[in-house]
Amino acid sequence: MSPSSLYSQQVLCSSIPLSKNVHSFFSAFCTEENIEQSISYLDQELTTFGFPSLYEEPKSKEAKKELNIVAVLNCMNELLVLQRKNLLAQENVETQNLKLGSDMDHLQSCYAKLKEQLEASRREIIGLQERDRQLQCKNRNLHQLLKNEKDEVQKLQNIIASRATQYNHDMKRKEREYNKLKERLHQLVMNKKDKKIAMDVLNYVGRADGKRGSWRTGKTEARNEDEMYKILLNDYEYRQKQILMENAELKKVLQQMKKEMISLLSPQKKTPRERADESTGAVISDVEEDGGELSRESMWDLSCETVREQLTNSIRKQWRILKSHVEKLDNQVSKVNLEGFNDEDVISRQDHEQETEKLELEIQQCKEMIKTQQQLLQQQLATACDDDTTSLLRDCYLLEEKERLKEEWSLFKEQKKNFERERRSFTEAAIRLGLERKAFEEERASWLKQQFLNMTTFDHPNSENVKLFSAFSGSSDQDNLPVHSKQRQKKPPSTSNGSPVCTSKMTKSLPASPTLDSCQTRSCVSEHSSVSVLTVTPEEMKPDQVGRECTSQTWSVVSRPGAQPGCSVDAL
Amino acid sequence: MNFSEVFKLSSLLCKFSPDGKYLASCVQYRLVVRDVSTLQILQLYTCLDQVQHMEWSADSLFILCAMYKRGLVQVWSLEQPEWHCKIDEGSAGLVASCWSPDGRHILNTTEFHLRVTVWSLCTKSVSYIKYPKACQQGMAFTRDGRYMALAERRDCKDFVSIFVCSDWQLLRHFDTDTQDLAGVEWAPNGCVLAVWDSCLEYKVLLYSLDGRLLSVYSAYEWSLGIKSVAWSPSSQFLAIGSYDGKVRLLNHVTWKMTTEFGHPAAISNPKTVVYREVEKSPPPGLGHLSLPPSRAGARPLTNAAASESKYEVASVPISLQTLKPAADRANPRMGVGMLAFSPDSYFLATRNDNIPNAVWVWDIQKLRLFVVLEQLCPVRSFQWDPQQPRLAICTGGNKVYLWSPAGCVSVQVPGEGDFPVLALCWHSSGDSLALLGKDHFCLCFLETSKDVGAAFGRRDSCT
Repeated sequence: MSPSSLYSQQVLCSSIPLSKNVHSFFSAFCTEENIEQSISYLDQELTTFGFPSLYEEPKSKEAKKELNIVAVLNCMNELLVLQRKNLLAQENVETQNLKLGSDMDHLQSCYAKLKEQLEASRREIIGLQERDRQLQCKNRNLHQLLKNEKDEVQKLQNIIASRATQYNHDMKRKEREYNKLKERLHQLVMNKKDKKIAMDVLNYVGRADGKRGSWRTGKTEARNEDEMYKILLNDYEYRQKQILMENAELKKVLQQMKKEMISLLSPQKKTPRERADESTGAVISDVEEDGGELSRESMWDLSCETVREQLTNSIRKQWRILKSHVEKLDNQVSKVNLEGFNDEDVISRQDHEQETEKLELEIQQCKEMIKTQQQLLQQQLATACDDDTTSLLRDCYLLEEKERLKEEWSLFKEQKKNFERERRSFTEAAIRLGLERKAFEEERASWLKQQFLNMTTFDHPNSENVKLFSAFSGSSDQDNLPVHSKQRQKKPPSTSNGSPVCTSKMTKSLPASPTLDSCQTRSCVSEHSSVSVLTVTPEEMKPDQVGRECTSQTWSVVSRPGAQPGCSVDAL
Repeated sequence: MNFSEVFKLSSLLCKFSPDGKYLASCVQYRLVVRDVSTLQILQLYTCLDQVQHMEWSADSLFILCAMYKRGLVQVWSLEQPEWHCKIDEGSAGLVASCWSPDGRHILNTTEFHLRVTVWSLCTKSVSYIKYPKACQQGMAFTRDGRYMALAERRDCKDFVSIFVCSDWQLLRHFDTDTQDLAGVEWAPNGCVLAVWDSCLEYKVLLYSLDGRLLSVYSAYEWSLGIKSVAWSPSSQFLAIGSYDGKVRLLNHVTWKMTTEFGHPAAISNPKTVVYREVEKSPPPGLGHLSLPPSRAGARPLTNAAASESKYEVASVPISLQTLKPAADRANPRMGVGMLAFSPDSYFLATRNDNIPNAVWVWDIQKLRLFVVLEQLCPVRSFQWDPQQPRLAICTGGNKVYLWSPAGCVSVQVPGEGDFPVLALCWHSSGDSLALLGKDHFCLCFLETSKDVGAAFGRRDSCT
């Protein structure tokens, strides 16, 4: 164990009482009389703790040990340092102790809370279990009740059935008795030779049909049977005739329907849309088959099973095709409605016509606009689009075409707007950059001046500042612009949401923008300049190439002032 | 629309002759025959007692008057007023009497349904048919008058006998699979016989003329079943009204149910027209003011019955007045008790007995409810015009109601005092209508068909 550690231990042990009564201790420890002893005691103590001796090396044995003031002072000093250190350590330990205590408290409170929670959830679980048990109990009771009820129903049904049989039996018995009585009564009433039962008639009248009554013989019976069957036969014949007629009517309707279906379906195959359809082949073959069947029309009258089947099958097939076609048409109509008439609430016939007129007017305007801005169009729209416009000019009376044109026109406008917006943002960025650069230049000049003045004193900070500056400049004109150009490259396909993001990024990344007015005026200037730049390579480029080229050019246009910040506005 | 003067009548016995020339009515024991056009009395016969049943023969030559209490039937000839015929059933008693379709035979059912006696007016011969069944409609003739179907009961089983009416020979005799047969009815074409069970069991059996069972139909079990049955004049449909308040139509090809007409008290379909009879507010002045208020308050019901009324078209979500039937009584007042097809088979009129104030007219072509007429009083009877789709309704008040597809109208029977119309019967031409009260009857002459259209149009617009 090192003396210092021992000492520290001692200090630790006795620090509190020491600090309390240092004076009294010292006063008690050393008096006038016992200076020598005290010194020697201290020396002893100190040496045991590893301090150098307080006494000077004795020059001789007899010579009295001399107190070395320097050593004493050094010892004192070290002791004081040690004391201070110990105090610091004590403080640290105390704060740690406090911290730990508070941590402990916190944990204890947490623990208590959690315990409470646990208790609560336990209670809840118990409650739920209890409820579950009760419900189960109830359920069981209800089941029991249901079973009882079922049993009761069964019992009642049995009772009803037995009563019904009993009732029927009694009824039969009673009816038999009643019949017996009736029979008896009949005998009594009829056999009495009741004189009263008689018909008193002046003279017998002739039969309604003028014929005389005939005797009942086997012949009449046979004749009656014959007549009955004749009546029945007549009825059946009548019904058969009716059914035949109905059948014929239905057949006619079927035939007509089929013909109409064929005539309806066949011309549509000539339209390109139908041609593109996969089912066309099947339809054509079906029609051919039907054509063959049509010639066999007379066969239908035979109402043969197979013919009927063929007929129904072909009708069914046709019907399916027609149905799918109608569904397709429906879909198209709904699509057109969804896309074309987004901003209108109701589309009626009149609206359609009004719309057509409006659209025609619009088309005229559009044509002019297109002519004036053809170059822009060529760079931004596919050549197919151009085809569309020409076909549109040819076929401008079709509503769908108009719709499409309108859509494309709006799309184009949107794109144009986006481009403009982008360009504006570009110019804004450039201007901002220029301003920044100017500010920076000024700053740099001042800095240089300062640097020149304090060349020797502030070497380090100056280098740091230079580093900062380089990072800043790099982020402003090398990091931002590539991002921008990337956005630009993405731009042509997706128009609407690209540019706002880009501009917002720009404004975010750049420091506070200059006044908007100056910016806008400059943007219009920039638009003209960019147009002139863009028209350098017009037709031979493919659209995406054009796009890229254009973006790179704009990039270069913007980035060029970055190289020479002083003349950025002039370049734009 | 014109009304004749009021004539006396008893027991609602007033009938047009089948040829439409005469009108016979009974007053106590007297039988009066009038000319339909002039209403002059042509003949006056005196019977032995108060007449309880009166019927024209099919050829309009004879009239039979039955006096059930005495067990007597008297027959009168129109051509020979001095001719007379009296049939006495003696101690056997009499409960029903009817003409055979040829008009030369009379079928008498004795008391306790011991037998049916067939009396001939041409010969002295008398035929007996034993074991007729006492039921709702045990006897039915085909429309052409060739065959008669008779329900019989022997050895606790139901049978149906089919007779040839020309010589009363038994043509077919077969047992029916019924618990308790309630009625038989021929299809108008005379080839199919509908047989139905009593209300305890919903069961309809359809037999061919030669006794083959064509089909059995049962809509449900356990609860009370069939209440009324009617064939459409085209023989195409058999309408079955039942205690569950529904009419089911069977078709004549498969004998399966074509459709089901429910009679709910709430009508919500906007396509259905609901005509509601409302009292016309009485015009101020005249007799009404002279009545002392106490008296007016004392008899509001008769006033309501006597006051004028008109139809209003009710806006459609509407609920009709319903009657809660007493469930613990026999023959509960519920279910479809009255059914009638229009002569052209296009319409079916029904009455649900627990909604007694309403007549439902169904469109048979479209198989849906066409019109509902809600009256102020319970409907007593309705009958279709034999010539056109026109329905006459009476409710026991002094009004007669007519409906046609063009509209409907309520007509007050003119005359002094109350004339409660309890029953009505159409002339075969459809030009006139006999309105029968308790003690009186009168004729109602309708415009010829051309005028009718205009008149109905006018009324329709004013209702």
